[in-house]
Amino acid sequence: MTVLIFKIILVLSVFGITMLIAMYSTWAERKLSAVMQDRVGPNRAGPLGLLQPLADGIKMFTKEELIPQGSNRFLFIIGPGIAMLTALITGAVIPWGGDVNIGGESFALQITDINIGVLYLFGVVSVGVYGIMIGGWASNNKYSLLGALRASSQMISYEIAMGFSIIAMVMMTGTLSLREIVAQQDAGLANVAYQPLAFLIFMICAFAETNRAPFDLPECETELIGGYHTEYSSMKLGLFLFAEYINMFISSAIMVSFFWGGYNFPFQHELGLSPNALATVQTVVFFGKVFAFIFLFMWVRWTLPRFRYDQLMNLGWKVLLPLSLLNIFLTGVVMYLTGKLN
Amino acid sequence: MLTNRSKVMEKKQMTLAERLYLPAIAGGMSITFRHIFKKKATVQYPEQLRPIAPVYRGHHVLKRDEAGAERCTACGLCAVACPAEAITMTAAERKKGEENLYREEKYAAVYEINMLRCIFCGLCEEACPKEAIFLTDRIIPSNYGRNGFVFGKDKLVETMENPVDVTRRQTPAMLEFKKDKFHQHNVTIKDLIDLDEH
Repeated sequence: MTVLIFKIILVLSVFGITMLIAMYSTWAERKLSAVMQDRVGPNRAGPLGLLQPLADGIKMFTKEELIPQGSNRFLFIIGPGIAMLTALITGAVIPWGGDVNIGGESFALQITDINIGVLYLFGVVSVGVYGIMIGGWASNNKYSLLGALRASSQMISYEIAMGFSIIAMVMMTGTLSLREIVAQQDAGLANVAYQPLAFLIFMICAFAETNRAPFDLPECETELIGGYHTEYSSMKLGLFLFAEYINMFISSAIMVSFFWGGYNFPFQHELGLSPNALATVQTVVFFGKVFAFIFLFMWVRWTLPRFRYDQLMNLGWKVLLPLSLLNIFLTGVVMYLTGKLN
Repeated sequence: MLTNRSKVMEKKQMTLAERLYLPAIAGGMSITFRHIFKKKATVQYPEQLRPIAPVYRGHHVLKRDEAGAERCTACGLCAVACPAEAITMTAAERKKGEENLYREEKYAAVYEINMLRCIFCGLCEEACPKEAIFLTDRIIPSNYGRNGFVFGKDKLVETMENPVDVTRRQTPAMLEFKKDKFHQHNVTIKDLIDLDEH
């Protein structure tokens, strides 16, 4: 029973934190883009413009909602819902910190530790493209349709290289459970030290999967107006944009868990902290790492211009896919030579 | 090739480092990162004002004299001098008992400047023989309609509570210039012919 209560609290707090981080990512994005362009950014709503996300939310909710006449009403409405749902449920398998001790019982700071966590993530991420596809198709608008087509082909292309880069990692760790992968990085170096190429490929693919610049072709304003969300208004548009920020947060968390040691930090057991204090510090460290990645996402967005469509496809199929296959091969050879292959 | 200045452009194969793009990306990202710490160009407008040049010409003012009477006599020289034809006025005769309001027997009952037409050249100021109109360093506020930019006496005439300082525009050189009739733009062609014959 206590497990159930703990899990409910954990689910709610993960949901709340995800939403909060997505909200303030929009603020951080605007602020960061501003300072990188020698501007000041939002600074009128509250100190440092910190109430800006709230003002944006109120604006989104109170705007007029338009559903185009020729659209498929049902699909048009569930499109942003699917995008939001898939963005949110990926957080379920991410280990946010070590074990906490409440009343003599030990709980893991992870909503659920399924033994196929990696597969679950990939499954959910692949469903994520349906939100965009359905939304774009149901709009009955050629720009939306083009954006949706681009999104689906881009996501399918980059998922392959992403999956292969993870296969090399799974070969090394020998498990599909995220908790297990993170725990293995407690002793010794983080996985990125052994799999730098896999990390690079995974990161590039993560940029493409989250539709972030320089791979934001599905929503490129210059040629497709808004891409798949051209016809959307009010909070349905807000959900699409919000889902993008949640995806960014979750993929940062996944990258940290896979490659950068998750919640582990150097010399954590030498500090002599109690389990609960250690778990707290670990969670803080985890979020610190995640924020560093979110910063990287934004930094890249405000530095690099958008790819052309053929360049995007070339990069995905002719560069990243062979590289990830090579990485699997190299990993296998090294494991065979060091006698870890059994 | 004779001058040795022509540049031979060659389209050479990109090196591996260039084809990887990663060094170029890192270079670009270092530029954006350095910009985070640069000084921002923004001026927080309503609280903070941009420094204005000492010769700035903005919002006009119709001055009063020391006793608080309007200096303008509606002679129309400013309207004639105005190259943009932005100034219109209607003259009226001063009644008995209005001596404290208007300095001379004639005054401007209506005095309007269309701020959309005005080019802020300052020729009205130069033409004025009564030291009544001056351009100040105030900025014309924005407005939603065109009619809002036609400024009447309510916006132009200074109040006694808030006198507008125009000493900046009354330099000795300017006062000297105003004395010399032949430098003024309201000189007639006949005056010029007279000057020629001398």
